[in-house]
Amino acid sequence: MIPSPVPAASRLTRPAGPLVIDIAGVTKLYEMGEETIHALRGVSVQIHRNEYLAIMGPSGSGKSTLMNMLGCLDTPTAGRYEFNGKNVASMIDDELADIRNREIGFVFQTFNLLPRSTALANVELPLIYAGYAPAERRARAIRALENVGLGSRLHHKPNELSGGQRQRVAIARALVNSPSIILADEPTGNLDSKTGVEIMALFEQLYEQGNTLIVVTHEEDIARHARRIVRLRDGLIESDGSVY
Amino acid sequence: MKRLLYELTESFRIAFAQIRANKLRSVLTALGVIIGIVAVTLMGTAIRGIDTGFTKSLAMLGDDVLYVQKWPWGGVEDWWNYANRPPIRPEDADKINRIIEQTPNSLLEVAVPVSARGNSVKAGENKVSGVFTIGTTADYGRLISADFSEGRLFNDTEAAGGRPVCVLGFDVAEALFQNRSSIDQTVMIGGHPFTVIGVVAKQGSFLGLFSFDNQAILPLEAFRKYFSVRRGAEIRVKITDKTRVADAREELTGAMRRVRAQLPGERDNFNINEQGAFKAQLDPIKQGIALAGLFITGLSLFVGAIGIMNITFVSVKERTKEIGTRKALGARRRTILLQFLIEAVSICLIGGFVGLGLTYGLVLAVGAAFPAIPVEFSVSLVFISMAVSIFTGIISGFAPAWGASRLDPVVALRYE
Repeated sequence: MIPSPVPAASRLTRPAGPLVIDIAGVTKLYEMGEETIHALRGVSVQIHRNEYLAIMGPSGSGKSTLMNMLGCLDTPTAGRYEFNGKNVASMIDDELADIRNREIGFVFQTFNLLPRSTALANVELPLIYAGYAPAERRARAIRALENVGLGSRLHHKPNELSGGQRQRVAIARALVNSPSIILADEPTGNLDSKTGVEIMALFEQLYEQGNTLIVVTHEEDIARHARRIVRLRDGLIESDGSVY
Repeated sequence: MKRLLYELTESFRIAFAQIRANKLRSVLTALGVIIGIVAVTLMGTAIRGIDTGFTKSLAMLGDDVLYVQKWPWGGVEDWWNYANRPPIRPEDADKINRIIEQTPNSLLEVAVPVSARGNSVKAGENKVSGVFTIGTTADYGRLISADFSEGRLFNDTEAAGGRPVCVLGFDVAEALFQNRSSIDQTVMIGGHPFTVIGVVAKQGSFLGLFSFDNQAILPLEAFRKYFSVRRGAEIRVKITDKTRVADAREELTGAMRRVRAQLPGERDNFNINEQGAFKAQLDPIKQGIALAGLFITGLSLFVGAIGIMNITFVSVKERTKEIGTRKALGARRRTILLQFLIEAVSICLIGGFVGLGLTYGLVLAVGAAFPAIPVEFSVSLVFISMAVSIFTGIISGFAPAWGASRLDPVVALRYE
């Protein structure tokens, strides 16, 4: 299951770093009234630092469940999940919150910015939960926004920004804590195709800067930006391989 | 600890940002608390006012004066046991004074006889009826705490000679002579001419029932000459040490029994009244008023609290997705709980401050418009109402905030 080290024609592929995520035989059951839904039926996947991974699958394939699991928003019913060697499966709520805060940067389809806060305040949010002092918080947030090309939009509120700019703010927010992985859920789903291309170019740039990216999508075009694609169907991994 | 402090300050910032962002909703919510706090604090000032009124009224009786009378204050059930008691006679005061002189280290200072009746007082065309007229000795001046707005009390010579002089209460003097000086004017009291030699400064009324300013003070001998003293008098005894009222009372009982030549074992055929006993009777009434008042006004605060709870529930529901985002970004349960709790408490506190300001204004306005209504604003009221506001916020905000902190981030993120 280790991705091929062979690089795609014109693209840089960074050598894989140490193991970050180690999932083995994970299952997830949901009780929906009388019914029990098997969202994941035994999934194993390993993700290393410096990877650029896409998770694909039709709706109902368990894609969202796997993403929630990877994002430490949810814990498996059975199976092993280790994040940087720590056992996530047995963590309680607040421990999961801490690991999300420090290790995972979320990028959502609907951006999920706080509507009445400025771009800067939105990016500062994870740093508040991490307990940074106000001055350092501000400095880091400004740097993160500059990194995504929004240095001149610090004090704009989300409704004063375009869709692409909003997603850039969200990406800056995901990056600001220097997490182990960036987890993006349909990051271009709410954007027009031109803006989507810009965002994917930004992802490429982040990857080249040394970030680890996981993009969950159902669009083949988007997935092809990644270096490795994991395809899910009916709660199982259908295929897992490099992109050429 | 440091972390908690950090979270608290951040929660306050978030809460105030939210309150600013939802101005109308915050104002409407705070309105419930404002009304509640105004009601409770106004009630508080009224209760304090009543309390002060009682205390002032009792002070008029004097906390160092014992009253020897036929009847006890506050009424009795077995009136037939009291009706046949001999009346208190003014001469008894002289006898008590002689006993006081003979007693070394007596706790009693002086006994003053007071006879009383209602009279009309006339000066020219002006007439005041129902004036409380008392006949007493020059020692009366040692009993009363009030000042004279003009003139003086009669002296021993005038009293002993039964000279037709009088001292008027403030209201009587004002009604008869308006802004002119009353001194050396002649007034007709019960149809007999008296010369005014003094006016007592305004004292106010006793529990709003009996005005100390509606009186006329005559020398006992003059009173005796024109009006009957057969209905009896009372003897007011000033004591030397107000911390030893019980001992003084004991001594006075002994003295009075000697005056009355009562046999050992015989029950006292007189009563010694004092303001302390009055207070004991008034206190339960006062407490009853306070309790009922606070309960009723507390209900309005309760309604305000339910309003806050409702708004906080709505706020949590509306911001489910935001809560999901915050949790995804690493907010712990406690952080979310604090955020919503502090928002509720902040609205309550703002409401409390505004309510307190309104109450302060109202108290000033009422005090200026109706000086007779006893209202009083106090510092302790500020602290109490702030504490009540915070308490209300915590009580009403806790359930929704708790619910928010327990939300599953996956479910919250999916909420539209």
